[in-house]
Amino acid sequence: MISDPGVVGLLYLVTIVCFVVALRFLSSPKHARKGNWIGGVGMLVAIGTTLLLDGIGNWALIVVGGLIGSVVGVVGARTVRMTAMPQMVAIFNGVGGGAAALVALAEWHNIVDPAGDETVSIVLSALIGSISFAGSVVAFAKLQELVSGRPIVFPGQNVFNILVLLGAAGLGIAAVSGVEDQWVLYALIGLALLFGVMFVLPIGGADMPVVISLLNAFTGIAASATGFVLDSTVLIVSGMLVGAAGTLLTLLMAKAMNRSIANVLFGAFGQVQVAAGGARTDDGRTVRATSAEDVAVQLSFARKVIVVPGYGMAVAQAQHDVRQLADVLEERGVDVKYAIHPVAGRMPGHMNVLLAEANVPYTQLFEMDQINPEFAQADVALVIGANDVTNPAARHDTASPIYGMPILDVDKAASIVVMKRSMRPGFAGIDNELYLDPKTTMLFGDAKDSVLKLISAVKAT
Amino acid sequence: MTDLPLVIELTILVLAAFLGFEVISKVPTMLHTPLMSGANFIHGIVIVGAILVLGYADDTFTKTVGFVAMVLATANVVGGWFVTDRMLGMFKRRPEPKREEPSE
Repeated sequence: MISDPGVVGLLYLVTIVCFVVALRFLSSPKHARKGNWIGGVGMLVAIGTTLLLDGIGNWALIVVGGLIGSVVGVVGARTVRMTAMPQMVAIFNGVGGGAAALVALAEWHNIVDPAGDETVSIVLSALIGSISFAGSVVAFAKLQELVSGRPIVFPGQNVFNILVLLGAAGLGIAAVSGVEDQWVLYALIGLALLFGVMFVLPIGGADMPVVISLLNAFTGIAASATGFVLDSTVLIVSGMLVGAAGTLLTLLMAKAMNRSIANVLFGAFGQVQVAAGGARTDDGRTVRATSAEDVAVQLSFARKVIVVPGYGMAVAQAQHDVRQLADVLEERGVDVKYAIHPVAGRMPGHMNVLLAEANVPYTQLFEMDQINPEFAQADVALVIGANDVTNPAARHDTASPIYGMPILDVDKAASIVVMKRSMRPGFAGIDNELYLDPKTTMLFGDAKDSVLKLISAVKAT
Repeated sequence: MTDLPLVIELTILVLAAFLGFEVISKVPTMLHTPLMSGANFIHGIVIVGAILVLGYADDTFTKTVGFVAMVLATANVVGGWFVTDRMLGMFKRRPEPKREEPSE
């Protein structure tokens, strides 16, 4: 048993250092995995220290609870498909927020001096933790398609949400100013849960990653608030590290989509975009369809090919086949690179994970700023299931809803091949003028089928 | 736990926020998904709170709440860690030998 508060504090300091080092190691894929292990060690030190504190009891409950949680965690983490990663992150985030809210609830139940500053922390932890929990569960349900991924809206929604939040805040103020009844916190948690649900429901599926990142920050802040309740520096620091990380990621993502956070959260994007873009003139230009054989010839005799993968590729589960196609081309001496847009996939960096799973070396993956100057030297840009991130309208069409969004300069390549299921517009609901470019040919069909055809055609060439 | 003055705790909080921004801004976009799940794992530290509540609980209400918190927090810690490890294990400089190294 550890009773010296100095020793306890030092052990928790070890945890903090481990966490910071873990995050620091994430700056390169070379050390990242090691970093995660270091973080794991830090967590074990914190858990071990806490278990050994004087007076800790209820061992049976702790062990059983820990076992149940571990089984759920391991099974979930082991079985999740990489395309389902966003909802996995959402749900693990949600349970953390829920835990923080419950800790606050228990502390409220046993509070000695409700007028102290501890109450403020309890209220914040319960409020933010509950919002994060409910919001994450809804985000999970939407991404898992248990409920519609489309924005769910009703008139006066924003007003209603604000009233709910104000109600919760009012209860929080009541608690802080000394209303000691148990029901105050129950009602507060109830309203916060309602707010979490209502605030995520109207957000469209493709914006969900921004929300998950924001909720991640929320859970971090809730954990930090819990640290104030329990006077635990390790909770304050670790929670705040996550709070900062989540906030930064949210800002980066919104920037990559050229949207403000407010627009993502309250705009219900992708809902009514039909009229956007106004009167578009085709100048008589038409879309040219092509065959797998023609594309195979183009690719085989190219010097440099840049592959632009999008979510369509992941949905068709074509990433392994795309890798194979790249292998076949490389054997013929073609230089193959991948251009990854910051919001390719369903969360930032998601495409990198999907391609890494297909054994594409990360040295072949290039971020937007690195690869954009190279399109001019590319013989073929092969766009697989990506749409809005290649639309040149983002550069010059001020009427376009995606105007100003940074895009991949696919149209600078000598020729462009777009593999697409149909002419259906992408998430933003607008036409892609890239498809009308005279340099562009379209290869229609399921991404996986098309890539398989390409592989055999290239081999035959 | 040691009772630190509120001001000291707030100072620590603010410094941690700056540290977080500083460290995270160095993470490349390529690793943002593992970063998110790694950060997810780190806020699992709330398990310390769950253990404290459950470990010191002496009435049924607190025990129940603490137990649920324990289950949720452990799922957060364990799930977050394993999923991050699984993802990071996939990032390879070069795929397994088998195929010839193309000349750069």
